[in-house]
Amino acid sequence: MKGTIRIDQERCKGCALCIEFCPKKAISLSGTLNLKGYFVASFEEGSECTGCATCAVMCPEVAIEVFKN
Amino acid sequence: MSGNAALGEAAILAGCTCYFGYPITPQNELTEYMAKRVPETGGVFIQSESEIAAINMVLGASVAGARAMTSSSSPGMSLKQEGISYLAADELPAVVVDMVRGGPGMGNISPAQSDYFQATRGGGHGDYKTIVLAPGSVQELTEVVPLAFDLADEYRNPVIILGDGMLGQMMEPVSFENIKPPKKYQKDYILTGAKDRPSRMVRSLLFDTKEEEEHNWKLFRKYQRMERNEVRYETFLLDDAEMVVVAYGTGARIAKGAIKRLRQENLKVGMIRPITLWPFPAKIMKETAQNGAEFFVFEMSAGQMVEDVRLALEGKGHIHFYGRPGGVIPTPIELFRAISRHYYQSRRGKK
Amino acid sequence: MKQVYSRPRSLKPAHFHYCPGCGHGIIGRLIAEVIDEMDLREKAICVAPAGCGMLVYNYFDIDALESAHGRGAAVATGIKRVRPENLVFSYQGDGDLAAIGTAEGFHAANRGEPITIIFVNNGVYGMTGGQMAPTTLSEQVTTTTPSGRNTKVAGHPVRICEVFAVLDGTTYLERVAVNKPAAIVKAKKAIVKAFRTQLTGKGFSLVEILSPCPTNWKMSPIESCRWIDDVMAKQFPLGVVKDVT
Repeated sequence: MKGTIRIDQERCKGCALCIEFCPKKAISLSGTLNLKGYFVASFEEGSECTGCATCAVMCPEVAIEVFKN
Repeated sequence: MSGNAALGEAAILAGCTCYFGYPITPQNELTEYMAKRVPETGGVFIQSESEIAAINMVLGASVAGARAMTSSSSPGMSLKQEGISYLAADELPAVVVDMVRGGPGMGNISPAQSDYFQATRGGGHGDYKTIVLAPGSVQELTEVVPLAFDLADEYRNPVIILGDGMLGQMMEPVSFENIKPPKKYQKDYILTGAKDRPSRMVRSLLFDTKEEEEHNWKLFRKYQRMERNEVRYETFLLDDAEMVVVAYGTGARIAKGAIKRLRQENLKVGMIRPITLWPFPAKIMKETAQNGAEFFVFEMSAGQMVEDVRLALEGKGHIHFYGRPGGVIPTPIELFRAISRHYYQSRRGKK
Repeated sequence: MKQVYSRPRSLKPAHFHYCPGCGHGIIGRLIAEVIDEMDLREKAICVAPAGCGMLVYNYFDIDALESAHGRGAAVATGIKRVRPENLVFSYQGDGDLAAIGTAEGFHAANRGEPITIIFVNNGVYGMTGGQMAPTTLSEQVTTTTPSGRNTKVAGHPVRICEVFAVLDGTTYLERVAVNKPAAIVKAKKAIVKAFRTQLTGKGFSLVEILSPCPTNWKMSPIESCRWIDDVMAKQFPLGVVKDVT
């Protein structure tokens, strides 16, 4: 796995922009709610994430941190 | 020197480095004077696109740490009210000059005092106050203007100088020796870029009502301090006065002329001339009323300060009123006749 | 694993109050990233508007103040004239700049004030609940144009960049968008160029940013992003409108 990301559950508002624009479709909307009552996006471990940070570029809440090998 | 020009020079000597103005009679000479002098002293002069822009440029210059001033006349002053409310809420110093003219509406360009309420009660929104200074002569401008800047910095609040068209445009000899170099005020609230310190925020939006209330009471306590410490007035032949004229600015000059004439006919008339219209000199009026003097309020308006006199006396004192709105400038003779008529009526009433 | 992306230093830890998918969040982050990369955190002063963007002073870890609605350009003028060495930018929405603040913006531009205006154009008044803005499109439904904006009675959508381009005082004007990765990268470059225009004393710069407002457009964040390309950008063409740096 070349890269991974960490999503701050409490910042995420489930806008799904990261899901839409992730080239590897490595993020999906989870069923868990955060304190504000949003369904939060979650990163699928073992996906083909390359650490390209497109998700972080799209995120309006600055909720995503990206890591790369 | 004209009042407007003298005001400008006094401001510069008092450390004003930023002036933003917009043309409006009867204060154009001030804008024109600053257009020449401010750049000479390395300061910032902008003729803005509107009085609204001017007051907001003052806000910007003030939050950046400069002594800033703007000036206008009645209609322009109405446009600045929002800005003044923000200056008070943000606790920022500024000096705003209003050369009052006949109103309301377009009115005319003749001197008047019909903006007393707007200045002293505050024409903007919210519970705020501004110290309002009323100079009586061109020479007095050299005391009032530096005072205005010092009070603005000391209390971090806008200060209004309320003149009128006559004071602005009349020419009188004036000396500036009495103006001392401006005091340095420690400004730990100004925005200079968060270098070697945490970032600063200047704002008046407080969603949390508790915070907003506390902010209001904090401002209220500041205004109480002003009321305790900053009242200023001048008295004239008050000791044996049976009738006390209350007038300010140009009105007081006319009244002084009338009183001298009345004294020649040994009518015991004196005067209290408020220099700070807010905080209003209520105490001296109450004390004067206690020894039985009656009051004769004279304003170049339909009567606004008269209400403050009424409030000050709380019913313990008889108040006569004589007003000429619309930019009419009564002569001392006219005032002399009015006062003497009231004087004799009240004496017959006492018998 | 090496961290390749983290929160910009110039952003405070506070959570954004914006609606899900709102462009303000992206724009705020871009500005913070640019301030970090150009090492401007200790020189930057932000003038915040009234409107959705007003709480940027809770988010930017720089000196900031809130101006009355529409007066940002005048306040920024006052600050910049007193502190020319600082980076001064006015963050304004379409109501703040293109409606009530037109005169202030127009004349700051006309005087060539060396300030930068970040003009967020999302076609509506967001904070107050989705009313028509000067940039609302013809036939666009808002809470004050319930049957669609009728340009005969409610005026036409205003192209601020093109209007300001006619003023000799303006130096750099570009319209960008934050509705997809490529556009966001361009938007960031435009902000860098605008700040550089200011710091090198070349004059007035304005970056107009088409920004999604899902809540008031009554669309999903993703549909809003598409709508910007499919509809909005027709009225507000992207690209450099003026560059005389």
